[in-house]
Amino acid sequence: MSAAVSTPALDVSDLELVYRVRGIDRQVLRGISFTIEPGRSYGLVGESGCGKSTAALGIVRYLPRNGRISGGAISVAGRDILALGGRELRDYHARLVSMVYQNPGSALNPSLRIGKQISEAFTMLGVHDKEAGDRSHEALVRVQIADPASVLSRYPHQLSGGMQQRVVIAMALAKDPALLILDEPTTGLDATVEAEVLDLVSQLQAELSTAVLFISHNLGVISKMCDRVGVLYSGRIVEEGPVDAVLRDPRHPYTVGLLRCIPRGGVRKDHGRLDTIPGFLPSLGAELLGCVFADRCALADERCHVEEPPLETISAGHESRCWYHERARDLPREEAADIELPRVERDAAPLVELDALTKVFRQRGHDVHALTEVSAAIWPGETLGLVGESGSGKTTLARTLLGIVEPTAGTASLDGTLLPKRYQKRSPAELRALQIVFQNPDSALNRRHSVRRILLRSLRKLAGVGGSTAEQRMLALTDRVRLTERTLTQKPVQLSGGLKQRVAIARAFAGNPKLVVCDEPTSALDVSVQAAILNLLVELQSENKVAYIFISHDLGVVRYIADRIGVLYLGRLQELGAADVVFAGPHHPYTEALLSAVPTIDGGGRDRIRLEGDIPSAAEPPSGCVFHTRCPRKLGAICEETEPPLVEVNEGHLMRCHIPIDELRELQRKTDFVAQSHKVASATERDAR
Amino acid sequence: MSVAASPAPAPTGGEARAARTERLRLLLRAPTVVGGVLVLAFWVFCAVFPGLVARHDPIFDNQFPTSLPPEWAFPFGTDTNGRDILSRVLAGSRSILVIAPAATLIGTVLGTTLGLVTGYFRGVVDDGVSRLVDAVLALPLIVTAILIVTAVGSSGRWVVTLTIGLIFAPIISRTVRAAVLAETELDYVEAARLRGERGGYIMFSEILPNVFPLVVVEFTVRLGYAIFAVASLTFIGFGVPPPSPDWAAQINQYWTLIDPYWWMTLFPALAIASLVIAANLVSDGVREVYER
Repeated sequence: MSAAVSTPALDVSDLELVYRVRGIDRQVLRGISFTIEPGRSYGLVGESGCGKSTAALGIVRYLPRNGRISGGAISVAGRDILALGGRELRDYHARLVSMVYQNPGSALNPSLRIGKQISEAFTMLGVHDKEAGDRSHEALVRVQIADPASVLSRYPHQLSGGMQQRVVIAMALAKDPALLILDEPTTGLDATVEAEVLDLVSQLQAELSTAVLFISHNLGVISKMCDRVGVLYSGRIVEEGPVDAVLRDPRHPYTVGLLRCIPRGGVRKDHGRLDTIPGFLPSLGAELLGCVFADRCALADERCHVEEPPLETISAGHESRCWYHERARDLPREEAADIELPRVERDAAPLVELDALTKVFRQRGHDVHALTEVSAAIWPGETLGLVGESGSGKTTLARTLLGIVEPTAGTASLDGTLLPKRYQKRSPAELRALQIVFQNPDSALNRRHSVRRILLRSLRKLAGVGGSTAEQRMLALTDRVRLTERTLTQKPVQLSGGLKQRVAIARAFAGNPKLVVCDEPTSALDVSVQAAILNLLVELQSENKVAYIFISHDLGVVRYIADRIGVLYLGRLQELGAADVVFAGPHHPYTEALLSAVPTIDGGGRDRIRLEGDIPSAAEPPSGCVFHTRCPRKLGAICEETEPPLVEVNEGHLMRCHIPIDELRELQRKTDFVAQSHKVASATERDAR
Repeated sequence: MSVAASPAPAPTGGEARAARTERLRLLLRAPTVVGGVLVLAFWVFCAVFPGLVARHDPIFDNQFPTSLPPEWAFPFGTDTNGRDILSRVLAGSRSILVIAPAATLIGTVLGTTLGLVTGYFRGVVDDGVSRLVDAVLALPLIVTAILIVTAVGSSGRWVVTLTIGLIFAPIISRTVRAAVLAETELDYVEAARLRGERGGYIMFSEILPNVFPLVVVEFTVRLGYAIFAVASLTFIGFGVPPPSPDWAAQINQYWTLIDPYWWMTLFPALAIASLVIAANLVSDGVREVYER
């Protein structure tokens, strides 16, 4: 580290911010301070509602009309941001700071060509039109977009999400800003695309010496991208320090809790329950006397509730706002409840069998092959995890099984009996047997109905009970999903995301289903809530011997909950096998790529291979092996010409690849080794810096 | 974003009621809405108790000298039949205040049902009904109304009511259909299908409550149009015949005499205008409160 004193790119001190709601000022940021040196990156993590985005909006001074900075100071590259007025503020936005939002689709103007939008960023800086055009092209080259010349003349909707985000980043970097703020820039993207975008950002950052403020709820992303991290809770930074120190030696109970509730390091459901953070975030603007986290902290005692702890230094640059930071790691763990998971008997008849299920959608004169001859079986009491990028057919598969989508060919059967193709033709018993828990609980629950009405109706239709029996069953049901009776009279708006998802789960379980499709049931939730929901699903499985089809893009979650995993790509099953086998490898090259893409907290030798480009259109799937266009391990002509069959490479482990399994094992062992040594090399390099 | 993203604070019971009260409070805070409500209330009062507000009989001929211009004793003047126009205007709100809301109600109920059906079933049903709706919308309201009334061969007030209701239905169904289309995309509809609910239940018990605010807004908006449409039809001779003091009937009777007897047309016309404007002020307020 250089000893020269430089002006920090961003210096926030004691920032306080309020929102005025119904005439009352509610404090959202309670005095946060942090500094980013030029060329460094700082991560801000925390669950939704903790004030991350508000902090970013405050820094760029884009607060909504009812927001106001009520104290503290912000300076960017030495300029006092809070003192800026009209024209200076515009100049600040034009030259010093850039922001990239979560949804690139809404950050771009849908009716202007990309070229026009990027060159605007340059003409703002006083560059002539003609030169701006050339510079736009350079900007796209810099963000490594494929075929930049043609991208310039396209409209945003003609680009994939990953490409759109590259364009937005290109625009953000056009002015060579002192500070770049990335607010959940990859949250809406697939893991493989996320990995590419993150690689790009770190590479550009190294070239440009721009300081980066990285906002994310994902600790894995932060760990990969940032030098330092601040953990935000209820408008307070509760712990701050170098990423490695904070993640490996967390000293605040909140950080400890956050790290523990993420399923990682190969934890599986049979190893016990996930830790959760009980309770709720304090309501907006609540008066907090002591520590902001005291209400949810298992270590808290009287002192924590009345006296706010100061920032205590743990080691150089690592600080925690906790009276008992030395005991933070002893935070009591979730009791290892003696859950007995149902034993899956694979010799018995399977519960559900899919036989060559195929779905072709007809779209604007094109045949879109959403699902191609997928065959699989699910036994009672087991969880089949489905993974794959968006557009791989996971949801279509589930919807076809449920009868919402009519298969073009192939069949599904339940307990050995063929299921009618459409749900309308299915008997009440068949409907009851197959239920679903949706991703977004807001959309899944009727917002005009009370929880009570939702559950009673489901009991009437699915369990065929009414009157006082239904009342009793409803109480039993709410008890099973850990809802209080008070919830019953409430409407979904009044419930938090986790509670809503519990209601949705209760609804699915009203008629004692045999199989429940869980379509990304936790991806709209915070990690602490996710852990609680996953625990609940596992408990319900152990009580009822229900089977799950668990769709998720989060491999850690799938690994935790799934017994077997199916990997889909372009509607084809590429790999299917027991969860530990699929994760341990040798993997299908696509599975390998998915695994490599996930940024993990533990770091480790995962940085092996990257997928290039986007998932091809399902309207014109590539010839031969559909994965050959992106496959890093492509053999040659055979991959382009012949589709490999799905063969059993080991007992119960199926794979669709031309490369023999032993060769794959060898290849993957090798790259593992190379990646490891790379990792070591880059680490030493960084230390030297 | 950040405010909305924070998890709901511990909720209290009776929040739906609180929301209703809040909406009412917001409504009554806007001076335009209050003005509209007062005007409407005034005319409703006149319609219910004409005897309390009108000093003279509105129908009986030759009570006074004919065709007097406005003066102190007769602020709105008298008409060619020797009746006090002020009394006639005050007594003339009754039929329009029955026909217009009734027509709007019929149109809203039919239109909402139509919108639910077309939006929920889509496909052939939607295509068929939508073309029909297009056809109705292509013709000016009055022309369609004249066609229907003439075809029926009777022009009583109930025919007018039904006619306007029928013409409004497709217009309202358009708006409702768009909202229903958006609702059917939501997962709760799919969840209902997967527990074996029938279309009728899903449309009326699941979707309708969610599009109901829109229906309320649509009703108030249409009410203004209905008042105007009823007045127009009465003006060309349908609905209420003379000697009724109905405003449009008065205009119908006297507009050929507008020069020099302008007061016989002007005051009933102003009364119609006041009612239309009041209805629109209220509907604007309602829309703003519901669409926040």
